[in-house]
This record gives sequence, structure tokens and C-alpha cells, in this order.
Amino acid sequence: MRGAKSAKWVVGAAVIALAATACSSSDDSGSKDKAKASSGSSDGIVRAWWGDPQNPLEPANTNEVQGGKVLDMIFMNLKEYDPKTGKANLEAADSITTTDQQNFTIKIKPDLKFSDGTPVTSSSFVDAWNYGALVTNKQLNAYFFADIDGYKAVHPSDDPGAKPTSKTMSGLKVVDDHTFTVKLAQKFSTWPDRLGYKAFAPLPKEFFDNHAAYLAKPIGDGPYMIASYTKGTSMKLVPNPNYTGPSKPKNKGVLLKVYTSDDTAYADLQSGQLDVLDTVPPADLPHVKSDLNGRYLNQPAGIIQTFSFPMYDPAWSKPGMEKVRQGISMAIDRKTITDKIFQGTRTPATDLTSPVLGAAGGYSATLAGDAVKYDPVKAKQLIQDGGGLPGGHMTLGYNADSPHKDWVDAVCNSINQVLGDNKACVGAPTGTFADFRNQITKGQMKQPFRSGWQMDYPLIDDFLSPLYATGGSSNDSKYTNKTVDNLINQANAEPDTSKAITLYQQAESQVIKDMPVVPLWYQNGEAGWSSKVSNVTENAFSVPVFTDITVN
Amino acid sequence: MGRYVIRRLLQMVPVFIGTTLLIFVMVYGLGDPVAAMFGDRTPDPATAAQIRHDLHLNDPLWQQYLIYMQHIFKGDFGKASNGQPVTELLGTAFPVTLRLTIMAFVIEAVVGIALGLFAGLRRGRFFDTGVLAMTLLVVSIPTFVTGFVLQYLLGVKWGVVHPSVGEGAPFKDLFIPGLVLAGVSLAYVARLTRTSVAENSRADYLRTAVAKGLPRRRVITNHMLRNSLIPVVTFLGTDIGNLMAGALVTERIFNIHGVGYQIYQGIVHNNPPTVVGFVTVLVIIFLGANLLVDLLYAVLDPRIRYA
Repeated sequence: MRGAKSAKWVVGAAVIALAATACSSSDDSGSKDKAKASSGSSDGIVRAWWGDPQNPLEPANTNEVQGGKVLDMIFMNLKEYDPKTGKANLEAADSITTTDQQNFTIKIKPDLKFSDGTPVTSSSFVDAWNYGALVTNKQLNAYFFADIDGYKAVHPSDDPGAKPTSKTMSGLKVVDDHTFTVKLAQKFSTWPDRLGYKAFAPLPKEFFDNHAAYLAKPIGDGPYMIASYTKGTSMKLVPNPNYTGPSKPKNKGVLLKVYTSDDTAYADLQSGQLDVLDTVPPADLPHVKSDLNGRYLNQPAGIIQTFSFPMYDPAWSKPGMEKVRQGISMAIDRKTITDKIFQGTRTPATDLTSPVLGAAGGYSATLAGDAVKYDPVKAKQLIQDGGGLPGGHMTLGYNADSPHKDWVDAVCNSINQVLGDNKACVGAPTGTFADFRNQITKGQMKQPFRSGWQMDYPLIDDFLSPLYATGGSSNDSKYTNKTVDNLINQANAEPDTSKAITLYQQAESQVIKDMPVVPLWYQNGEAGWSSKVSNVTENAFSVPVFTDITVN
Repeated sequence: MGRYVIRRLLQMVPVFIGTTLLIFVMVYGLGDPVAAMFGDRTPDPATAAQIRHDLHLNDPLWQQYLIYMQHIFKGDFGKASNGQPVTELLGTAFPVTLRLTIMAFVIEAVVGIALGLFAGLRRGRFFDTGVLAMTLLVVSIPTFVTGFVLQYLLGVKWGVVHPSVGEGAPFKDLFIPGLVLAGVSLAYVARLTRTSVAENSRADYLRTAVAKGLPRRRVITNHMLRNSLIPVVTFLGTDIGNLMAGALVTERIFNIHGVGYQIYQGIVHNNPPTVVGFVTVLVIIFLGANLLVDLLYAVLDPRIRYA
């Protein structure tokens, strides 16, 4: 009897537990239907690897590749970057004209429509940009609008407590439905070429009227539109019938699948459950070509890896130390490290930009010259001439939550061998990326630390101004040199593009001479694909060009 | 019995508050999450200040905890970094992990107890030695190794199953992940049952039952197994929580978007509300499972009483 009575309690507890789970299992049928709807590539749909975007899918709030991947597909900006050359071509804009490099008149093509059927007008752009810049909207890319006149009023910068005095930027004026004017705070000849960055995308009415619904299923004017979006799991995109631009999709849609790990995605790719994978796990790199029968590409991307010296610390910045900094750069055997540790997925750096710019865009295979050539004898000589490492040794800081340890140790090892001292350089891990970045932005570094830059748009200016101009938004080493500042300002105001690029390169040469940052290597973009798809290429941002992919 | 249950439920309150406080302090102690949102770029000071203000990051930690608990009691677990409410994530992730856990639990209980029972009855024979050797092997191989090996062999090399679990994690896809997840526990269950059965087979009440002339089937199921299962049930009960939390590795290998995946995303994206919210619910599950185990004792063994 006793047993039977207690059994009642157990059953009771179990019923409560089941009831609790029952509420949540009611949506099972729904998710199963979705699974059916989104399976298979036999219907002309490309199944591609995806990472969960870090932020809500708002153009001015997306600063990482996975969210950017979607925005690229669903938006057509005033200008778009050619996937092969990186050149900014007019797309949504009919013309962008200026007479003084400061006031621009932008005409939009007539009859453009968002995928929900509403027209793309000049206010679609002006409202979107004003929204992105307004500080209370907390958009991570707000600083992209900083060149526009009146930015300070909507985004007071210095004092964190300051309130915006206006909701719109005075530099943006709507003339008519298809024309608007932009006044910049100062002359900037290449400014229109920035407009391909997705922060400058137009936004439909729904974004402002029903924000939550918009975020659940963003609407754009690009080649694709979103058919369904299960946050954290998958997104299905189909061709946008209202799209009239030049990159019409050559497939019937794209299914982006979020994976918990690259290894699983790679297994899926091998077994035909996935079509396009743009991050191959490092462990699989040595045999990726044979696994996939050569269906693999590896090409330079707009990412440069470097390490920075704390130029705010006199120990590293006092006169004479430039020799030590140069010596350290020459003590690194970049070729061996990129071959052995990265399996050729990095290319030794020869300047501070990226090969994706092309020679016409400002990339140079010779600009840094001997400063980045491995030369143990000269390196040792330079370091000794400059007075040796401060305190006789250095550390190289990195964040331990990403796979940086291997190359940091290899770089240190290379320096140690040159100096004939096993303890001259050691790696210095910091636990998390957030902590690491906090120390850097607060200027607390006493020793060199790893740094890197992924371009926002394929222009040489993006590789220099934010990083090496005095007070630049990502000038982590707090480097400052008047010559560099002047050259960059001259270049910005120069209407002739090729002359501007020469000026930028002069600034770059000066930075190399001072060596506040040691260029290491360019990161490559890679992709592997299944036998079911063809014509897989990547653009300058190392994102697959989905519109060109065909399903066999 | 009723009073016992109520007392246990009341005891859960301080445990719940204590664990959430600990987790909260640990996660928020990791440092300012705002810096990581901007990638390799220096945060724009005005935007960063606005975000910090809205997330209450400028308040002292105890105040942040109070605000957080207030919201929780209103059913608001905060928002994940992509703007999705954490409650929505909980709603989609827990059923998935629960399915995986049920799959693993059934495999582990059924196969484990069966293996243990037969091994215990045939002590020292070939079958027994085989089970001991096999379980030793399983225990000594880490989960991720079995996971990757099975995934590679069955999914990639032989193409018998899909290497990853499809959207919505249907039961048919969950067999291999369930097996991997259950592996180590299954070995423990088998060994525990075997020892217990072996021990009880010499018990007085069992000899009496045999002497009374009861059929062997009845002796084994009603007398021997029921008494031998007490330590096994303890293990299985605590293992429910372990399976749910420990699914992290398995979920990652087989692309299952469950609890482990969401916690991992929360950590990678530096989003405390996700981590604290999920762990809080896991704590509740642990507490519930433990209570259930204690109550089951009384069912299995009439000598145990709660007052």
C-alpha cells in the first residue's frame, strides 16, 4: 500500500513535468513543415553555410560578415562593388555629380521598387541614413555618416551623456522623389565610392512603421527577397521579382543554414547535404582539394593581419625605437609561417592594404620593400642599433578565445631565433576578445598586441584613415604623424582618383617607415562547393557571389 | 509525503536564488560586452555609452542583479544579441534538447539495464566479460571522439545517415546523436546494474522467494530487479540534468540547435541574458529531477518513507 501511495506523488510530479514541456512541444508540427519546405537542392536552390548574425538585420547595425551576407543579397545600394574588380559602379543611382567635392547631387533611377512593392524614393535613402546616424538608435555603423554635414547634431560624440539636438542631418536634403543632395562637412572626392557599403542601403516605409515585423523578415530592393526566416536556424531567399538591376540571380533561390560548427558543415558538404561552405575548418585544409575533387577556391580577401606597438608608451615610441620596430618586422619569416601554419590561406603582406584593391586601386607588391623581407642578419643589426628590445624582451598580446596561439608562437619563435634568445619574445594571451579589446581601447597595453583590419569598402582610404590618421576610429596604437595626416587630407580633397591614390601611397610609405604596426599577411577568402552547383566565386569581401551560382 | 514534497519545493527557492546569483556574477564579471560588439574597431563612444545605459551596465552589479530578477519574475528574460527575446529562444531550444535527452535516456536506460541484468546473472561467463570490456572501452573514449568517428563513418564515408540533424530535430535523425550522448552513461548504468544484481542475488529475501517456489521470471523482475535498481535510479535521475547540459558537445557535432548551442552562442556573442536565462532553466530542471529521484526511492523500496 505504501508503495502505491507514493507512486501517486511520483505520477503527479511527472504529470507536472510533462505539462510543462507540452506547452512548448505544440509548435513541433510547425517546425517540421518548415523542415520539409526547406529541404533539398533538387529544386534549383543553393544550400549555403551560414553563421548566426550577431546583431538584428538592420543595415546600419550590421558590422560582421554573416549579417552582411544577407544584406548583400537583399539590398541594392546607390553604388555596388564589382565582385571581380571591386570597382564601385552606379546601380540604384542614375548619377552622382559634384562640382566642388563637397556638395553632391544624387539622382535615383526611376521605377525602382522594394520587394514589397513600395517605391524606392530619395526619402528611402535620406530617412535610412538619418536613422542610422541618430545616437539613440544605437546603430553600430553610425560613424559611417560622420562625413555628412550635421552629423554632430544627431550624434554628439565626446561627452557620453550628451543628447542629440536634432533628429535629422542638415546635410541631407530631398529635392524631389528621385533627387536628393548631400553636403559633406569637408571636401571628400572619393566619398561616393563609399556608398556601396550596406550601411547606406535604402529602407522601406515598414522599417519605420512596424520595426518588429521588419526585423522578423527584412525587406530590401536587391536581387533576392526573404521568403522565410527562422532566427538562429535558417533563412530562405528567393529571387525578387521587382529587381531590375544587373545581377539577376541565376538560381531559384538560396537556403542559408546555420551550423553549430564548421566541422559538421564540412561533413555535410562532403555528403551532399550542403552546397557552398565559405569557411573550411583548418584541420581539413591539407586534404580539402582531394576531398572535394578540386571544388575549392582560395583567393585574397580585403583583410590584413598585423600587430601593433603601443605608441603611447615611450619605451616603444622614443626616438631610435623605429629601428627596433623595423628590425622586429624583418625578423619574421612570413613565408614559412603562412605555408606551415595557415596552409597557404594567408599571403605574406607587402604593404598595408590588400591585393583586392588591385594596382589601380592602390595595392602595391613592393611598397613596404625590405621592411617586410625576412633578413635575420639585418634584423638583428637594426634591433641592436636601436638599443635592443625594451627591457630585453617583449610579449605579443592576443585573445585566447580565437585560434591565434599558433601563429603568435611562430612569430615569437622567428624573432627569438634571429636574436638567439629563447625568451626574447613570448605570447601573452588575454581570456576573451571583449577584455582584450577593452584593454586596447583604453590604451592600457605596454607591449605589442595582435591587430587586424577587414575593409568596409574596397578603397585604399579605408585601409589608412581609420588606422593611421591622428585620432582615427581604429588607430589602436595611437600613432600620430603630421606628414601622414596632411597627405591623407590632401588625398581626400583631390578630385583626380589616380592622383589621390598616389598621395595615399605616399602616406602609406611614411607609416611603413615609422612602423607603428607590423604588416603580417593578407587573409584569403576560401570556399568549397558540392558537385551540384557551379560558378562559385567570391567577391572582395570573401562572400560567395550567390547571384552567379548555378545549380546543375 | 505531501509535507515532504512541499518542504523540498521550499528548499529549492534559496538554491535557485543562490545559483542564479553565482551565474549572474560570473557571466557579468567577464567584462564589458560592448567592446566586443564593434569587432576590431574602436567603439564609437556615444553609441557605446547609449548601449551601456540601456543595458544598465553602468549600475553596480547587485543593482543589475535585482533588475534582472525583477524582469524574470515578470517573465522577461531579456534579449539575445540579435534582438530575439530569450524566452523565444528557450521555447525553441528546450523541446529540441528534450527530444535528444529522451532519446539518449531511453537508450541508456533500456540497453544499460538489460546489459547489466544479463551480465549480473551470468557472472564470470563470456557475456559478462564482454560487457565489462565493452563498457570499459566506451567509458575511456571521450564523447566528441565517438561523435566525430560515427559521423564520419556513417554520414560521410558510407552515407547511411545524414551527418547532421535536420531543421526542427525530428526523432529519426536523433538516433545516432542520442547514442553518442548516451554512450558513457550507458556504460555506467550497465556496470551499476551488474554489480547491484550480483550483490542482491545472494540476498536472503531472494533465497526465500526461490524457496517459496516462485517462477524465475517473477523472482528476477519483482524481487531482484526492483531492489537492484535503487542505485541505478539515483544515477539516471541526476543524469537527466547532465544529459541536457552535457548535450553541448553532441549538439555542436551534429548541428542540433538546442540548449547547448544557444548557451555557446550566448558566450561567443558575449550576451549575458542568453547564458543566464538558459542556465537558470537548467538549474530548475536539475532540482526537479532530483526531487523526482527521491520520490521514486519510496516507490521502489517500501522500507524508505518520507514524513
